[in-house]
Amino acid sequence: MVEKKHIVTAFDEDLTTLNDMMARMGALAETQLFASTEALIARNPSGLDDIIKRDKELDDLEALLNEKVIEIIALRAPRAEDLRRVIVALKVASTLERIGDLAKNIAKRNKVILGTTVKTQMLPSIRTMTSMVLKMLNKTLDAYVEVDAVTALDVMEADIEVDKLNTVVFQSLIEEMSSDQEQLKIGPHLLFVTKNIERIGDHITGIAEQIYFLHHGEMPDKTRPKADQSSSIALS
Amino acid sequence: MKRDGDMTLSTPKIKSSGIIVEYDGKRALHGIDLDIYPNEVTALIGPSGCGKSTFLRCINRMNDVIDNCKVSGRLMIDDTDVYDPEIDVVELRARVGMVFQKPNPFPKSIYDNVAYGPRIHGLTENKDDMDRIVKKSLKRAGLWDEVRERLDDKALGLSGGQQQRLCIARAIAVNPEILLMDEPCSALDPIATSIIEELINELRERFTIVIVTHSMQQAARVSQKTGYFHLGNIIEYGETNDIFTRPKNEQTEAYISGRIG
Ligand SMILES: Nc1ncnc2c1ncn2[C@@H]1O[C@H](COP(=O)(O)OP(=O)(O)OP(=O)(O)O)[C@@H](O)[C@H]1O
Ligand SMILES: [Mg+2]
Repeated sequence: MVEKKHIVTAFDEDLTTLNDMMARMGALAETQLFASTEALIARNPSGLDDIIKRDKELDDLEALLNEKVIEIIALRAPRAEDLRRVIVALKVASTLERIGDLAKNIAKRNKVILGTTVKTQMLPSIRTMTSMVLKMLNKTLDAYVEVDAVTALDVMEADIEVDKLNTVVFQSLIEEMSSDQEQLKIGPHLLFVTKNIERIGDHITGIAEQIYFLHHGEMPDKTRPKADQSSSIALS
Repeated sequence: MKRDGDMTLSTPKIKSSGIIVEYDGKRALHGIDLDIYPNEVTALIGPSGCGKSTFLRCINRMNDVIDNCKVSGRLMIDDTDVYDPEIDVVELRARVGMVFQKPNPFPKSIYDNVAYGPRIHGLTENKDDMDRIVKKSLKRAGLWDEVRERLDDKALGLSGGQQQRLCIARAIAVNPEILLMDEPCSALDPIATSIIEELINELRERFTIVIVTHSMQQAARVSQKTGYFHLGNIIEYGETNDIFTRPKNEQTEAYISGRIG
């Protein structure tokens, strides 16, 4: 990141405001994801409606951030890394909003799952996947502020593990369903829950790529292998 | 200086090698190496006092008229060595026109302002030919329609933007190859500025244009190449698009993004 301050101090204040808004969005997205899977693990649906309602906060924050970006472009005519920063802010905010949507969807499905008495063996794996993804998100949000492209690359790497685990969980859920009719009440929802977590990992990777771009002025090499094989799995 | 591969496509129109300028023995330029390409607009940017105008004046030897100023190094326009003692400076200035920050029409008629250059350079004796040159130049400067009915009016009665276009018409009337512009829009309002910028864009088909500007937006809008000057050195030179999106040099980045350098 360019360390020097702008001559127009209000410009620095604008960029700080932008970072603060992003930090709030990031923290909220984290909380939403954490709370929605914790409810499932703890078999406690009481907080799920709140999660579903709070998603609107993320939408509102994104709208505010968009306005701020438009204002900065109009008033400050940012250039070079400054320009990348505001454009990247737009994209990252939109991605965080999408992560929020997926967390909300997880909450909705968990309501249905917890409305039954059927239990799955996959809770520990789902919890592991969630914490992997949360760790990625946390690192990414820090890397965003620091424009730390090295950490961004780590995050992209970490997503491969999430994809691998998702493939395993997908396989296991299919097996659960095929061995026990009762599981069909929750299995399809669980597939979506895990798929959503995996998608969130992809979105975080997208943010990490933006951080890399912010730093280097170009996108990272797109040759990383895709480790999520679930789309080619069939019941054997 | 090293240039990117894609910049070597055509031969430079202007080639500055190790140009050093001193005022009273104090260096204002420390050895400028710069290739300027034909039919392009090259913008020179940089903080006040970094030597942009000094460099521009080297190209048509306007520094000659400044007593305390000494130029050394080599400056070529095509195959002409500009600082060859044999060179006819009047002829050189016909090849290299200049437009200044403040519109400076002569206190004469609109017509006479444009006809002035062709007259002193003896381009024509013939009234019809002269009429044609004046009309063509005013047309190219985008001023013809506004002044065709009042060519005998005083030039100083025109608006600032019109005066500046008149100065451009005057500069191009002698059919130069190169047009130097030193902050040509700094005294103009945004509309007049846009008109001049559009004009610059049209003129580059015929002329090699070097423009000094303090407006980053203007440099970004009108030029294909940008050079960043700092304390008498050229710090970075390249495609305008690269300079304003991904400058390689930290000093350039700091300057174009308005940071304390
Ligand atoms: N006639 C002169 N006599 C003495 N010093 C001069 C003269 N003209 C310019 N200088 C010095 O040479 C240096 C470069 O000046 P120059 O006018 O080329 O800068 P510039 O980049 O065009 O600045 P600006 O953006 O303010 O027009 C400055 O330090 C200036 O003080
Ligand atoms: Mg100057």
